[in-house]
Amino acid sequence: MSKGVLIDLTKCVGCGGCTVACKLYNDNKWDEKTPTMGDKAKLTDKNWTVVHRKEVKNKEGQPVWRFVKEQCFHCKEPACASACFAKAFQKTKEGPVIYYPHLCVGCRYCMVACPFNIAKFQWDKAFPLVTKCTMCSNKVTKGEAPACVSVCPAGVFKYGDREELLKEAKSIIAKDSKYVKHIFGEEEVGGTEWIYISDIPFEQLGFKTNVTKRPLPSYTAAYMHATPYVGIAWGIVLTGLYHYTKRRNQISKENNKNIKA
Amino acid sequence: MASHAEAQKWGFRITPIRVLLLLLSAVATAIIIYRLVTGLGTVTNLSDEWPWGLWIAFDVMCGVALAGGGYGTALIVHVLHRDYFLPIARSAMLTSLIGYLLVMAGLFLDIGQWFNFWRPFVSWGHSSVLFEVFWCVSCYTTVQILEFTEIATERVGTKFHNIAKAALPVLMIVGIIFPTLHQSSLGGLYLLMVDKLYPLWWSPIIFLFFLISSFFVGPAMICVETTLAGKAYDHWIPIPILRKLIRISGYAMIIYLILKIYDLMSRDVFGLMFNGTFEANMFLIEMVFGIIIPIFICFSGFSASRTGLFIFGLLVSSGVVLNRMNVVITGMIRSTGVSYVPSLGEFIVSAGLVAMGVLAYCFIVENFRILEHDDHRGHAA
Repeated sequence: MSKGVLIDLTKCVGCGGCTVACKLYNDNKWDEKTPTMGDKAKLTDKNWTVVHRKEVKNKEGQPVWRFVKEQCFHCKEPACASACFAKAFQKTKEGPVIYYPHLCVGCRYCMVACPFNIAKFQWDKAFPLVTKCTMCSNKVTKGEAPACVSVCPAGVFKYGDREELLKEAKSIIAKDSKYVKHIFGEEEVGGTEWIYISDIPFEQLGFKTNVTKRPLPSYTAAYMHATPYVGIAWGIVLTGLYHYTKRRNQISKENNKNIKA
Repeated sequence: MASHAEAQKWGFRITPIRVLLLLLSAVATAIIIYRLVTGLGTVTNLSDEWPWGLWIAFDVMCGVALAGGGYGTALIVHVLHRDYFLPIARSAMLTSLIGYLLVMAGLFLDIGQWFNFWRPFVSWGHSSVLFEVFWCVSCYTTVQILEFTEIATERVGTKFHNIAKAALPVLMIVGIIFPTLHQSSLGGLYLLMVDKLYPLWWSPIIFLFFLISSFFVGPAMICVETTLAGKAYDHWIPIPILRKLIRISGYAMIIYLILKIYDLMSRDVFGLMFNGTFEANMFLIEMVFGIIIPIFICFSGFSASRTGLFIFGLLVSSGVVLNRMNVVITGMIRSTGVSYVPSLGEFIVSAGLVAMGVLAYCFIVENFRILEHDDHRGHAA
């Protein structure tokens, strides 16, 4: 069973400890231009996870703040991995979607394909690579929680088997009426390992809620399976046509000669 | 221009326009080298929001489509043996070869780890549509170079001419399979962008639209090219040949139009094109000027004139260019939320690549038998 993380957005106080832990564990430099916290927080090649501050209205219409952690969702069937023509992105059985830099060509199809625009490029480097959260896959393989998860002082995260977490999330939102009846990541793009629950509707928090529920790789799978057969069949048809039309032209030429003679 | 009867004399006329093209190529080459050494951020306006820009849209997507004249012609002339169209075969296939070499150059420039470009040959990401594009484009470019050896060996390495000629039928057939596959695959790339690409362009059969348009743009490009080459070299392809050729385009465009309408209706997004948004207007321009008006020109008396043929060619080619631009850029603006204007460097490199292509075409036409080869009838058969 794959590992996942359940994020309870009602608990986040916006301290940003998770974004620091991420930088420390993954040895990512501080991004001078883009913060990892607040209104201008943005994922970049150096910021693999950020915490957005959102000013929204709660059910009573009171203005409230919510903090939304963003990182790779680690799709169950990732578009980036299926889009990569060199297998630089791969889905592990433990859950994380990981990156092999030596295989990467730098074509950025993964970035265009990602439904959540997570992967980022090292635009200022001479030989840039694609970067994104790897769910600290080395830690996950050892049975440890990702760095960001392990440092949270507010108990926002639960790390464990994804299916167990989903059950837990369902029971939490069923018991407590403050939660919206939606688990983000349960069905989006076929399901993600990281799932969210919240008391504010997800679209107001900047989540992309209008995504398909079908796993994205399934959109191209049939096409790719059919390709070799189409290629072979087309080759046979062309060869047939080649000989047929050649012979037809010959016969018509001979006939013409006969008529003239 | 030295006549071909004369002994081996290589020639290249220098005209003011060519000097300009050479300059443009030189500047572009300088920018290309600078980009390869310093990375993409220094030269392009690409960003995390716009990972793909002008180079992918124009140099690659449009380049491959416009070079589609090569495989279409190979199909009509060399596989279906419609010898009637033989006079246009060599120049169409030459344009295609040059087009593909430029596409390869464009792709090479656009990838971050350019020294790693060969990786997908060994690390097979076979679930990726790009994997198919990569293999097919590489193989097809090789096939086209081999096809060209039949022409080249008329002058250089003449002792290999017979081998090249004998290999031609196989090359032709392989050289049709690959482009059929990757022309559609370039559209297939966008199957994954179901939530990103505007619904007027995204379609579960976008690959069919790419394939059909790459087929019908072939004769259109031939019209443009023969008009330009006609002026430059005073070599005019008879109007009836071109007219018959664009009829083939015309029928393909009718199929395209019907399929497009059916596709939009079946997904319930037909109305989107009339809602006055930027996307809607771009889509209407693309369809009206690139498809509907050309269909009328094609089946009316206007196409019996050189002007008519040229306008047909220009409209259809621009329509396909606009379509590819719309898919890569216009259709992605809404989901991206940020605008993208290519940098001067991106424009100059794109223009420079085209300039190099034009110069290469001129050089080859002036030194090999491309335009006049009536005595060649049936050789390839």
